[in-house]
Amino acid sequence: MTFRKYLVLAGVTIFAAVGDSFLSHGMKQVGEISSGDFKDLLLAVANPWVALGILFLLGFFVAYLTALSWADLTYVLPASSLGYVLLALIAKYFLHEQITLWRWLGILLISAGVGFVTQGPALTHHHPACSEAEADRELVGSRSHT
Amino acid sequence: MKHLYTWSAIAAIVVASVSGDVFLSRAMKQVGDVGALRRRLGSLAVVVRVLRNPWFLAGVLLMACGFYSLLFALSWGDVSLVGPASASLTFVGNAVAAKIFLHERVDHRRWMAALLVAGGVVLLAR
Repeated sequence: MTFRKYLVLAGVTIFAAVGDSFLSHGMKQVGEISSGDFKDLLLAVANPWVALGILFLLGFFVAYLTALSWADLTYVLPASSLGYVLLALIAKYFLHEQITLWRWLGILLISAGVGFVTQGPALTHHHPACSEAEADRELVGSRSHT
Repeated sequence: MKHLYTWSAIAAIVVASVSGDVFLSRAMKQVGDVGALRRRLGSLAVVVRVLRNPWFLAGVLLMACGFYSLLFALSWGDVSLVGPASASLTFVGNAVAAKIFLHERVDHRRWMAALLVAGGVVLLAR
């Protein structure tokens, strides 16, 4: 794992969490949309927070696809779930929501899961696009951890 | 009866997003390391290569199905049930599907990670 790859994983996490909070903030301003009313749905995009949120979620999708091009699905998903933690922190400090003890416990569990998976190799199966030497090196690296 | 609707919609979300993630992962493995490809061929060629991959298109379609199921689920059930239930079941479902369909080596460390994250998501919604 190079620094650039950690940067992409950080991008997955940050874009998703920030995009979701922007969407949430924007949709609270727009108000309730009755189901099936497509005109309201189109107008919602005109809200700058919603538009910014969509832009960030597009960024998330690009980073997510990039990560999947060199890492396992079972690596990318837990590694990027730090976004839930980030979302909780944004909710507390920017949206002023209360965080209960249960939520802090949930944050702790997710962080522990992330710690578990990022200690291991990013890619565990061989495929033509990835050089075998690189995958082997990562496997050897993980063995020395355990 | 409403309970049954909510849980069927949650099941639909989980199935659609797990298969969508698996398809996208398979597509990107076929495309190859995006960073290295971009240096060799340029950004536009990479975008074309991703967009022309049939697994990618199927994956995006499934993601869209998952999103619509989420909207249905939210109209029947509480967000505090639907959100964490679908997210945590998707985490565990992804570990199973990645092992079976993508032949990823899901060792005890990754099982632990999937279960911890799934449990954490449930607690976050309390």
